[in-house]
Amino acid sequence: MLLEGRVWRFGDNVDTDQIIPARYLNMVDPAELARHCMEDADATFAGKVQPGDILVAGKNFGCGSSREHAPVCLKAAGVSLVIAVSFARIFYRNAINIGLPILECREAGRIAEGDRLEADLGAGTIRNRRAGEDYRAIPFPAFMQEVIRAGGLVPFIREELKRGKAGG
Amino acid sequence: MGMTMAEKILAAHAGRAKVEPGELVRAKLDLVLGNDITAPLAIREFRSLGAEAVFDAERVVLVADHFTPNKDIKTAELVREMRAFAHENGIVHFYEGGEAGVEHALLPEKGLVGPGDLVIGADSHTCTYGALGAFATGVGSTDLAVGMATGTAWFRVPDTFRVVLGGAPRRFVTGKDVILALIGGIGVEGANYQALEFTGEGLASLSVESRLTIGNMAIEAGAKAGLMPPDEAVLAYVEGRAVRPYEIFLSDPDAHYRETLEIDLASLELQVAFPHLPENTRPISQVGDVPVNQVVIGSCTNGRMEDLRLAAGILKGKRVAGGLRAIVIPATPAIYLEALREGLLETFVTAGAMVSVPTCGPCLGGHMGVLAEGERALSTTNRNFPGRMGHPKSEVYLAGPAVAAATAILGRIGSPEEVL
Repeated sequence: MLLEGRVWRFGDNVDTDQIIPARYLNMVDPAELARHCMEDADATFAGKVQPGDILVAGKNFGCGSSREHAPVCLKAAGVSLVIAVSFARIFYRNAINIGLPILECREAGRIAEGDRLEADLGAGTIRNRRAGEDYRAIPFPAFMQEVIRAGGLVPFIREELKRGKAGG
Repeated sequence: MGMTMAEKILAAHAGRAKVEPGELVRAKLDLVLGNDITAPLAIREFRSLGAEAVFDAERVVLVADHFTPNKDIKTAELVREMRAFAHENGIVHFYEGGEAGVEHALLPEKGLVGPGDLVIGADSHTCTYGALGAFATGVGSTDLAVGMATGTAWFRVPDTFRVVLGGAPRRFVTGKDVILALIGGIGVEGANYQALEFTGEGLASLSVESRLTIGNMAIEAGAKAGLMPPDEAVLAYVEGRAVRPYEIFLSDPDAHYRETLEIDLASLELQVAFPHLPENTRPISQVGDVPVNQVVIGSCTNGRMEDLRLAAGILKGKRVAGGLRAIVIPATPAIYLEALREGLLETFVTAGAMVSVPTCGPCLGGHMGVLAEGERALSTTNRNFPGRMGHPKSEVYLAGPAVAAATAILGRIGSPEEVL
């Protein structure tokens, strides 16, 4: 899958309380959650993010609570891809499970706010048009690629339940 | 080469003789947990899976603890959905109202988790149960939905990071200081994607409650789990509580560890984590003058009897500093009752503290003690991210119950030696 978009830049250790503060966890509707996306890191973010935009962060993105509301609100806000130097493991797992594309890229620090990127999710390559640079993301294990191809864990397991293989 | 206890538990639940770090396995779950924040999303995913019923009505636990007593209309509606789902599926372990407690204090107390269990919970602090020798890890709502439907989950077998504890801690030093010192040393992603294993002769000098505190904050170092070999103290704790048979898995002497680090408990000082990351730790002697507006004693990290006894011992006969709000939250109804009978709650109220019903409440800025702009709290909870307990420009300092009680009396962060 090819994605193209403009970059919003964040730093290291952006935790899930900043991505979606707990005061909004009395909601479950993705569109409602999206209105508060990244609010405690940048209160203006939800108002300026456009469909297709790419969020780029430093290390340990999504650390903290297991709230799936975090990747859900990013996806609903129109973020097409999150690139980070590293992800906290629960966020990494949740993003794949709900079908929010992510790439782990050690060179993410070279990407600046406003850059335009082209990313090939299957190949794990990122092209930075402004800088004229290419970066490589860390490849996903084969199983995760299957989940990503299915569009998330729910469609993946739904197929399996239909085939009557569950619990194996 | 042998296996670590984390590898052995995953292998046993995946029906395999051996697993190695990096492998992906599908494993059978002993228990699946959700709460009032994560279960409502999971219930939607569960329905969208087309699943008809939960895999086992005795192995799905639902606890309404984060915003209990329901803080607003939206929360009450979410808990109503959860209650309806629990009734529909005949879920045996659904806890709300006067039966609910902070989940990671409640589940061990009720014997719902035991040694050798494989547990997922849609709450990041599910790693708490590692203290009992279980492999327990936090997941999101989709994994919870699939876990509820199939009784299975996928795991990448983690590398194990060993922490060898030596010596015995000084007075007032507890599990909280051990885990804060570790996170301060290795950083908030120091164990990312790995299982922590706490071992060594020093483990025996820590109570089971202190060990639960250590396991609880393994996630704050990025770890997937925080395991400890179950010893006699753990078996004594589990005996008479366990609702299912359990099995002890211990690491082989020739198991492979990606890293090993030693902590000498005897030289460990009381620790405080400064805003806005749990890794910003300092020993109490280097804290300086930090006045605070609020002290919170409670949570899945430090809301158990040992914590309340320690705090009450310091607060007895003293007064909370003028203008400071001190909030004490026994983590479960059983702890509340025991603290009541022991006179601890009277000590807290007499000292000028507020005693709350069991709830996660202020830990995540939910309710029952939210901070205003510019306010500062010292809390026995587990996270001090920006805005964690309220306004994005408020501050949270983390410490154990002894420092929290002393701070409540002093009105600034301090040690128990200053008030005794």
